Amino acid sequence: MTAPTYDLGKLHGGMRLPLRKSRGTAKPIYEIPVPGQLVLPIEQHVGNPAQPIVGIGERVLKGQLIAELDGALGAPIHASSSGKIVAIERWPISRRRGDPGPCIVIETDGEDRAIERADTPPPFDSLPPETLLQIILQGGIVGLGGAVFPTAQKLMQANTCEIDHLILNGVECEPYISCDDVLMRERAREVVGGAQILMHALGLESCFIVVESDKSVALHKLADEMTDVKDDRLVLKQVPTIYPSGGEDQLVQLVTNREVPSGGLPSDVGCLVQNVGTAAAIYDWIHDHEPLISRITTITGDGINQPMNVKARIGTTVADIVNFAGGYSDVAKQLIIGGPMTGKSVSTDDVPIVKATNCVLVLSETPSPGPELPCIRCGDCAAVCPVQLLPQQLFWYACADDEKHMRSYGLTDCIECGCCDLVCPSHIPLTADFRNAKGRIRELADEKARAERARRRFEARNERLDREQQAREQELAQQKADAKKAGPAAIAEILKRKQKRDKD
Amino acid sequence: MMAAVWIAVLTVGAIALLAGLGLSYASRRLPASDDKLVEQVNDLLPQTQCAQCGYAGCRPYAQAIVSAGAPINLCPPGGDDTIHRLAELLGKEAVSLADPQPAGRSVAIIDEALCIGCTHCRSACPVDAIVGAHQLMHTIIESECTGCELCIAPCPVDCISLRRIA
Repeated sequence: MTAPTYDLGKLHGGMRLPLRKSRGTAKPIYEIPVPGQLVLPIEQHVGNPAQPIVGIGERVLKGQLIAELDGALGAPIHASSSGKIVAIERWPISRRRGDPGPCIVIETDGEDRAIERADTPPPFDSLPPETLLQIILQGGIVGLGGAVFPTAQKLMQANTCEIDHLILNGVECEPYISCDDVLMRERAREVVGGAQILMHALGLESCFIVVESDKSVALHKLADEMTDVKDDRLVLKQVPTIYPSGGEDQLVQLVTNREVPSGGLPSDVGCLVQNVGTAAAIYDWIHDHEPLISRITTITGDGINQPMNVKARIGTTVADIVNFAGGYSDVAKQLIIGGPMTGKSVSTDDVPIVKATNCVLVLSETPSPGPELPCIRCGDCAAVCPVQLLPQQLFWYACADDEKHMRSYGLTDCIECGCCDLVCPSHIPLTADFRNAKGRIRELADEKARAERARRRFEARNERLDREQQAREQELAQQKADAKKAGPAAIAEILKRKQKRDKD
Repeated sequence: MMAAVWIAVLTVGAIALLAGLGLSYASRRLPASDDKLVEQVNDLLPQTQCAQCGYAGCRPYAQAIVSAGAPINLCPPGGDDTIHRLAELLGKEAVSLADPQPAGRSVAIIDEALCIGCTHCRSACPVDAIVGAHQLMHTIIESECTGCELCIAPCPVDCISLRRIA
């Protein structure tokens, strides 16, 4: 086996958190049976919502395109199983914390019949990268690490830059979540295969597969697989178990010791980061022609009777999954989609699993940390901030609604990891404040842009009215002049005619 | 002795002359020219072009504030925020709004079933946000509407109403 190597890069701050993952990783991945009804939100990704192309009553097959890419940024959506479209309506979705959003509802027929493949495509390494990217685009594949940025567009953007390394992110640093860990344990072949496809699509000769040091089983499985594949472009790396080393920019820093600039992308420093789950999804699509219609999700927390990792079809409701995992325990109080640090608490378990759902967390009541006290400027938050911001200053400016200083102190670079909240001795909910402040900044920018547009339109209209007025005046003057010029001649003509008449 | 006095007088006189010249130059060149100040004031106004201030739009109001000493509390859409910013810029005292209005953004909406296509609202709109032709249905481009309400009064069939969106 290939031995994983450690690296040079250092992460500023970060924290060692209690991981609480063992209950989820103790068991294999269970496949959840296809439920009677699937609910597929049309906004599951960054960019424009997909545009439904099916009608109510229409029969669809597993893997059939039901909503297509709309605009430049977005991803198509495929039917997760065969059945009948029964509604296109608003349904609670996790993205809106349980408030309704537009969804396509499929009543499954239990046959789970897949759409037939028109032809066997040639092996991926014989295709030019552009064709391969177009194929990836049609698979509805998005970043499965949580950001759900459309993968094909991310690759296309990277192809316009100078890229040195592909980095596969297997650093699942947030507590409770273990879906990537079990994926790497059980599907190492797909992960490595996906890495090879990605390298071909990008024309790269270097790929780091990065895993946290505490995931020894996954590291072994990947190393064995890489020995079998014998591809010396692939390098397995491990990073220390510190939250949030799995953040995109943090990982680039750890692995290559290059710092992603403020407001920039990893491609600015020659790197492209993809989640291991995304790589496996690309493998499934290219090799087995299965678009992104299912994903591995961790269902865990002390509010769940049998925590586990499940492979669920996109559109299965959280309630179905909870039932599969033995139901809620007596202490269940709070439902969170995502991890405890960055997840969103939702109001109802009717929300479906979407491409972004890496974890369903059910917790008992969290003991209140105590009342919020004034900031004592201890600076602990600055010490743990992985982006090297000064949360205590930002908090100051956020309270004062001082947009200029919030920007100059880098609020927009905050990754909302939640470390500052945890260390704050005054229990100030800093992350929530920063999230609100970011929203406020965006709002102000929108308002400004709107005002600017209105001003331009107002000025353009005034100019146009002036122009029209001038044109009218000119025309009037012209008519007057013409009349003046033609006047004497016309009068003479009339007089002449009159004289002639008088003579007759 | 006298020479020393003369030297002192001349030196101080020369310094005074230089300083005087410098100051008169500065007083002519340094203060923001009116145009620039109007631009700055205009930037602080919300650009709804609603004319609720009594002037024909945001820019005319800015002009009036700068050159005619118009009060700074005549802009209901801008609210107290705008008044504070104007007060800061112009070194005036912040006064409360002359005619307060609930905060938030609204847009006008045409009940298209009732519209008779008279084009009155179209010519009233200060930002050209209404499309429509004579005797054909009109509609409002929501993203461009500033919610100024100027289209509501001219409508002969009262089919335009204001809807809050935020």
